[in-house]
Amino acid sequence: MDAIVKPLRGTLILRPAPMAAALPAPSERDLRLDLFRGVALWLIFLDHIPQNIVNWFTIRNYGFSDATEIFIFISGYTAAFVYGRAMRERGIIIASARVLRRAWQIYVAHIFLFTIFMAEIAYVAATFENPLYAEEMNILNFLKQPDVTIFQALLLKFKPVNMDVLPLYIVLLLLFPPMLWLLLRQPALALAGSALVYVLAWNFDWNLPAYPNGVWFFNPFAWQLLFVFGAWCALGGAQRLAGVLRSRIVLGIAVAYLLFAFAITLTWYVEPLARFVPGWLSAWMYPIDKTNLDVLRFAHFLALAAVTVRFVPRDWPALRSPYLAPAIRCGQHSLEIFCLGVFLAFAGQFIISEWSGGPLIQVVISLIGILIMIATANLISWYKRMEGRGATKPVKPPDADLAGGDA
Amino acid sequence: MKLAAAVIATLAPLALCVVGVAEAAPPEQCELPPSSLAGDADLGHVLNSVKTAHRIAITVIGSGSSGLTGPDGAHSAYPARLEDVLKAQLRGADVKVTAHVQSKETTAAMVAGLDKVLADDKPVLVIWQAGTVDALDGVEPDEFRDSLNEGVDKIQAAGADLILMNMQYSPRTESMFNVSTYADVMRAIAEQHGALLFDRLAIMRYWNDAGVFDLYAATKKYDMARRVHNCIGWALASQIINAAHLDATRTQTTE
Repeated sequence: MDAIVKPLRGTLILRPAPMAAALPAPSERDLRLDLFRGVALWLIFLDHIPQNIVNWFTIRNYGFSDATEIFIFISGYTAAFVYGRAMRERGIIIASARVLRRAWQIYVAHIFLFTIFMAEIAYVAATFENPLYAEEMNILNFLKQPDVTIFQALLLKFKPVNMDVLPLYIVLLLLFPPMLWLLLRQPALALAGSALVYVLAWNFDWNLPAYPNGVWFFNPFAWQLLFVFGAWCALGGAQRLAGVLRSRIVLGIAVAYLLFAFAITLTWYVEPLARFVPGWLSAWMYPIDKTNLDVLRFAHFLALAAVTVRFVPRDWPALRSPYLAPAIRCGQHSLEIFCLGVFLAFAGQFIISEWSGGPLIQVVISLIGILIMIATANLISWYKRMEGRGATKPVKPPDADLAGGDA
Repeated sequence: MKLAAAVIATLAPLALCVVGVAEAAPPEQCELPPSSLAGDADLGHVLNSVKTAHRIAITVIGSGSSGLTGPDGAHSAYPARLEDVLKAQLRGADVKVTAHVQSKETTAAMVAGLDKVLADDKPVLVIWQAGTVDALDGVEPDEFRDSLNEGVDKIQAAGADLILMNMQYSPRTESMFNVSTYADVMRAIAEQHGALLFDRLAIMRYWNDAGVFDLYAATKKYDMARRVHNCIGWALASQIINAAHLDATRTQTTE
């Protein structure tokens, strides 16, 4: 079945890849993925603490895309890497079953986070009162009908702020088995289909409904493009793009676009600069829509990835250095560390607000949060090593560690 | 102590009247973040109305956070405070601020009633506070944007200047609903339409961070809420006077 891979004909592809390269050699894991996913998890944690001075260091302040793009792309990449191999070696049923089990784990994790959120809300409702915020306190109204709220949360329709990524991930995984099947046979067709869904979602305003009203903050019909693109890259697309990525012209365009995005972002924070953005440009450019993965954001991620891949080669020696090991460890246990990050952001924000923390407290809390994430990642690795050693026979699939913990 | 404060409070406005320039120094507790009131837009209709008719008719449209409940709530809320400050500073001009405050009203609902408000009040300036209820209800940002656009077009077509006011900074509920998306929409719309933005979110965040107000405090009392509204009214008045270039006019009208 591997032989039916047709090279994608398009302007982007400089030369058709050899058949063998269309599927990745079952080589060792690309540590760059873990590194950048680990860093993305730290950034998501930092971004989720509002009024945190450390936020100024996260990439969303320097361009259009942010850590979410990195996270979703790499998740697509690793999902295809792990489950693609499972599908080839053990068939569609086994692979699909493992994908769905993963989706279930994420669902459970999401509901766990929701419980913590409810506890926070209930605490605020019980302790806080201020006539200045009579209107804002209406957010607590849903406590009056917990039956509806909790039910809507179980349906993934009610999602508190900052709890939108996991539901997106769940939906992407639920739809992944057929997509993976197609990616293994007709990668170009699969990617084109994904792009088509993206375009249709934009044209017809497709999105999933949310509760009490509105739609999902991360539109799955739009964000699937990034996930599928990541999967496509993992299944040979990266090799096909290698020629493109080596081109100096592409590098030049990518750098120019990153600089452009940086300049535009600067005008959001330095008000007087906004007047230098011509009216036609802002009319064309804004809004830069995160919900529907704006093309400008997608392009920004591509530019970022192109530049990164060029300057951080797969065999970069630093990937083995102890300095990067913490980030890599976090990236290898992304679900646990993501959930922990959301919880730590809740807790950190609570502390900052409760003791009206100045910049110093914010820096300390951010650092402590990241240290806790690193320590937990190490702990999880230890558990897995310990359990692996205890197993009497190597029945586990070769990549169970990767598949269970990482896709 | 209390007596002294009362005497000063009574005499302070009198002193202003005597001096006549009415250069109201910022109330001490209302220190603003630097350049928070800056903006490219001019309030041409306001200036024109002051010059030719010696009057300013301002309409405030907003949801719950534009008002205060409790005893004397309407007079303590920022629309009334704004009127008082403008009257004090623009002596000789007929200042009237009409507030249309409806709690739990989304932007779309405000737009639905806009024609009547504009026809009744005939304002030269509309201060439109929006976004809180939309954020609370999770109105789609696109829908919110469309409603705002429609309303801004109506207001500008009616020949009025516009100040868009975004939501309050509320540290206790910050993690519970997403205001920044809606604030971004408002900023973009103000820019596109050449309207001013009164960035209440940033100003109140600054107050909280700088310790001017402890917005995290739990209280049933109205003291802090009144002082916050007082400062917002004063800051709005400053923004209006700056953007309409009334400093020059003020001396003319008072001469």
